[in-house]
Amino acid sequence: MTVFIIRRLMQAMIVVFLMSLIVFFGVNVIGNPVDMLINPEADQAEIERTIRALGLDKPIAEQYLFFLKGIAQGDFGKSFIFGEPALKLILQHLPATIELALVSLLMAVVLGIPLGLYAGLFPEQGISRTIMASSILGFSLPTFWVGLMLIMGFSVYLGWLPSTGRGETAVFLGIESSLWTWNGLSHLLLPALNLALTNIGLVIRLSRAGVREAMHQEYIKFARAKGLPTHRIIGVHLMKNIMIPIVTVLGLEFGNLLAFSVVTETIFAWPGMGKLLIDSLLQLDRPVVVAYLMIIVLLFVAINLLVDIVYSILDPRVRLRDQGA
Amino acid sequence: MTDQSLNPEDNTAAQAVLVETPFQRFVSEYADNKIAVVSLVVLVAIVVLAILAPWITPQNPYDLAQVSIMDAAQPPGTEAFDGYTMWLGSDGAGRDLYSAILYGIRISLMVGLASGLIALIIGTAIGLVAAYAGGRVDTLIMRAVDLQLSFPAALIALMLVAALGRGIDKIIIALVVAQWAYYARTVRATALVESAKEYVEAARCLGLSHGRVIFKHVLPNCLAPLIVIGTVQTASAIALESTLSFLGVGLRQTEPSLGVLISSGREYIISGRYWISIFPGIALLLTIVSINLVGDQLRDVLNPRLKK
Amino acid sequence: MTVLSVENLQTHFFTRAGVIKAVDGVDFKLDRGEVMGLVGESGSGKSVTGFSILGLVDQPGRVAGGSIRFHGEDLVGKSEEQLRKLRGGKIAMIFQDPMMTLNPVLRIDTQMIEAIKAHENVSKREAWERARDGLGAVGIPSPEERLRAYPHQLSGGMRQRVAIAIAFLNNPDLIVADEPTTALDVTIQAQIIHVAQKMCHERGAAMIWITHDLAVVAGLANRISVMYAGRVVEQGDTDDVIDNPRHPYTVGLLGSVPSANRRGEPLMQIPGMTPNMLNLPTGCAFQARCSRASDACKQAPVPSGEGHLVRCFHPYERVSA
Repeated sequence: MTVFIIRRLMQAMIVVFLMSLIVFFGVNVIGNPVDMLINPEADQAEIERTIRALGLDKPIAEQYLFFLKGIAQGDFGKSFIFGEPALKLILQHLPATIELALVSLLMAVVLGIPLGLYAGLFPEQGISRTIMASSILGFSLPTFWVGLMLIMGFSVYLGWLPSTGRGETAVFLGIESSLWTWNGLSHLLLPALNLALTNIGLVIRLSRAGVREAMHQEYIKFARAKGLPTHRIIGVHLMKNIMIPIVTVLGLEFGNLLAFSVVTETIFAWPGMGKLLIDSLLQLDRPVVVAYLMIIVLLFVAINLLVDIVYSILDPRVRLRDQGA
Repeated sequence: MTDQSLNPEDNTAAQAVLVETPFQRFVSEYADNKIAVVSLVVLVAIVVLAILAPWITPQNPYDLAQVSIMDAAQPPGTEAFDGYTMWLGSDGAGRDLYSAILYGIRISLMVGLASGLIALIIGTAIGLVAAYAGGRVDTLIMRAVDLQLSFPAALIALMLVAALGRGIDKIIIALVVAQWAYYARTVRATALVESAKEYVEAARCLGLSHGRVIFKHVLPNCLAPLIVIGTVQTASAIALESTLSFLGVGLRQTEPSLGVLISSGREYIISGRYWISIFPGIALLLTIVSINLVGDQLRDVLNPRLKK
Repeated sequence: MTVLSVENLQTHFFTRAGVIKAVDGVDFKLDRGEVMGLVGESGSGKSVTGFSILGLVDQPGRVAGGSIRFHGEDLVGKSEEQLRKLRGGKIAMIFQDPMMTLNPVLRIDTQMIEAIKAHENVSKREAWERARDGLGAVGIPSPEERLRAYPHQLSGGMRQRVAIAIAFLNNPDLIVADEPTTALDVTIQAQIIHVAQKMCHERGAAMIWITHDLAVVAGLANRISVMYAGRVVEQGDTDDVIDNPRHPYTVGLLGSVPSANRRGEPLMQIPGMTPNMLNLPTGCAFQARCSRASDACKQAPVPSGEGHLVRCFHPYERVSA
C-alpha cells in the first residue's frame, strides 16, 4: 500500500511539473507576458520596474525557474483589480466553491444511485425508460440554461428561493458554511441542484450500466443459488461492485464540478473561485487567471491521487496487482 | 452474437439464423426504440430548418437594415415594424427571435460539426499512429491523452479561449484541442483489439501493406465506436460553445449562436420577459438532446457486447 | 427414497426470433445419495435443466410445463421466497467457472457466513466456525487463513473447493453441479471430483453432475442421462450405458472419447453440427447426423426399454453379456 501511494505521489508530481511548464509557456509563448502579468494602465517606469522584478529580462529557462520558485512560495503576483496577492484571493473564494461542489455531489449520489438501481433492475418498465430518458436530459441540458430556468421558475415566478449570492454563513464544528443557517441553505439549494444535474444523470447511467453488467455475472447467479435474500444480493454483492466505477467517476467528477462551478457561480452570483475566474478573465486580471490555473491543476492532481487510493481500497484486485508489480 | 458478426467475412452463421442484411437489422433494431426514432426525426427537422433559414425566415437578423430597434424585446405574437408577426417575440436588439434562432442554430451546428470533424480526423490519426507505432511513441501519446483527459474539456476550452480570445475560428480551435483525445483513445483501443485479431494477422501474412490493412480492415472496425463518440462529442461541442458564449468568452455578439442569444436575454428574465432566453434555449436543448438520444441508441445497436 | 423426480420438464426461451425449447420434455428420478450424470453437448439443454430445478432460469426463459418434485413437493409455481429458502439450503449448486462464481470484492468469510445466515438464524461466531469446518472438510489447509482471503488470492482448484464447501454448508439433500471441473486442469479435476464424491457420500446428498465429458461421469455417476437438443435420448445405469450404448448419439459420443483399449484405431466423430434450436426438424432432432436414420425418424420417437431407456426408432441391439 505504501509503495502504491509513493508511486502515485511521484506520478502526481510529474503531472504538476508538466502542467507548470504548459502554463508557463502558454503565458510566455502564446501571449506576451508583459501584457499578461502587468497592469495595462501602468506607466513606462513602472513597467520597467515590474519587468525587472518579475525577471522578464532574463533568459527563458531562468525565468521558468523564477516562476517555479514563485509557485513554491505561493507567489503568483498581485491582482490588478484588488491589489492583493492572487493566491490569497483564490484561497478566499475556494471554500464557497468546495461547499457548492460537495453539496451537489451529495445530491447526485442520493438521487442518482436509487434511480439507477431501479432502472437497472427493471429495465423493461415504463418508469425505468422514463428515468433513462430524463438522465439523458440531465447531461444534455446546458448547465447555464437550466440555471436560468431555475431562477425564472423558483425565484422570479414562485418567489420561493433567492437567486443570487451565498446568504448567511455560520461556524459549526469549526467549519464556516451556509449549510448551518436556513438563509444559507435557501441560497445554496438552487445553485447546488443546478451543478448536480449533470452528475445525477451520470450516476443514474453508471449505476444502471453497473447493475446490467453485474446481473449477468456468475457471482450474482451464484449468490442467488446460495439462497441469499434479494436485499443482500443488491445491497452487498451488487452495490459493492457497482460502487467501484461510481466512486472513481464521482471522484474525478469532483474536479469537473470545480471547473463547471464557473458557469453556475456566474449565473447565481455565487462568490466562489469560478466567478472570480470569469470576472478576472473579463477584466483582464491575468495574475489571478494564472494562479487559478495552477491551483486547479494542483486540486485535480490531488483529487486523482485520492481517487486512486480509495479505488484500491474498494477493489482488492488493484491492490494485489500493485503489490506484485 | 459476438462482435465478429460485424465483419462481413464472419457473419455466415448469423445469416443462417436471420435472413436480414446487417443494414436491415441495424435499421430494425434502431427502430425498436420509439424515443430514438422521434429524436432522429427532430434532429433531421432541425438540420433542414437551419439549412433553409434564409428562405423561411421573415428577417435576416445580421442585416442591420432589416432590424428595427423599435421592435426590441417585444413579447411573442407582436406585429413587427415591417408588418410580419413575431410569433416568438423579439430580442433586446429588435431581432425577430424566430429568425434569430434559425440563424443561431446554423452557427451552433456549424461550430459543433466543424470542431467535431476536425477533432475526429486528428484524433483518429493520432490514435492509429499510437496503435501501430507501439513502444515509446504509443506510451508518449497515451500519457498525453491521459493527462489531457484527466482535466475536463470545459476547463481546457475555457483556458484556451482565455489565451486565444473570442471568435468562431478560435472557438473551433479550442474545441478541437479539448476533444481530440477522446477520439484518439477510442481509436487506439479499437485498433489494438482489431489488429490482434486473426484476420488482420492473416492479411499481414498475405503481404498486404500497412496502409491497406489499416484502411481495409482496422479502420472499418473503428467506425462503430467513432460514430457513437462522434455524435456525443458533437453534442457536447455545441453545448460547450454555447456555454462559453453565454459566459461572454465565446462567440461575439455579431456571431449570434444560440448561446449568445440566451446570454442576451439573461438581463430580461428578472423583469419577466422570459422569451428571449427561453426560446433559443429550447432550440439548443432540442438539438443537443436529439443528438444525444440518437447517439445513445446508436451505441446500443452498434455495441456488439450488449447484444444477446 | 426418491429425492427428486422431474417429469416432462419443459423450459422455453421466448426470444424475438422465436421460441427456443431448450428443455423439451425431460424425465428423471434421483434417489437419496445417488449421483446422476447429465451428459450432452453445449446447447443440449443440460445446464438449463439444472437451473430449472433451482428456479434460476434467466429471462426470457421460464419453465413452461411439467413438474419438478423435490421430496414430493412440486417446485414449479412456487413463490420466489419459497424457492429462495430451498436454494443453498436443501438444494445447492456448484458452478462451472470458479473464477467467476465467487464475488471478487468480498472476502471468503463474508461469502460463506452470509450463505449460512440466509437460511438459519445463528450467531456470526457460530456461522464462522461452521464456515471454517466446511473449508476443512473439503481439504483446504489452514482454513482460518483462507477465510480472510479474497477470491483472487486463491488458485482455481482452491476456489472450486470453496464453492463446494459453500454448497455443503447447509447440509443439502440435492446438489446440482454444472460442469464444475471443465475450467480446471486435469490433475485438479480429479481432486475436485474426488472431493465432491466424498462429500456426497458422507452427507448422503444426491447429486446431478452436468458435463459434456462422458469419461468424467463414467467413474462418478450411478446413472447417466444423455441429452440431445432438449430431450433425454438415453438413460440408464452407468455401466449399462457405457458398455451397451443403444442410441446412435451415445455411440457417437463414446466413440469420440479417446480410450486406452482402442489405441491406434481412428477416433470416431459425429458428422455435422449441433442443430439450430430455433429451427429443429420435425421428428428426431438427431436424424440429420445419424447414419441409421430412415423415413420413420420424421416422426418423434418415444422412450422405450425397461430401466435402460432409449429414444430412437433404430437403436443398437444390446450386446449380451
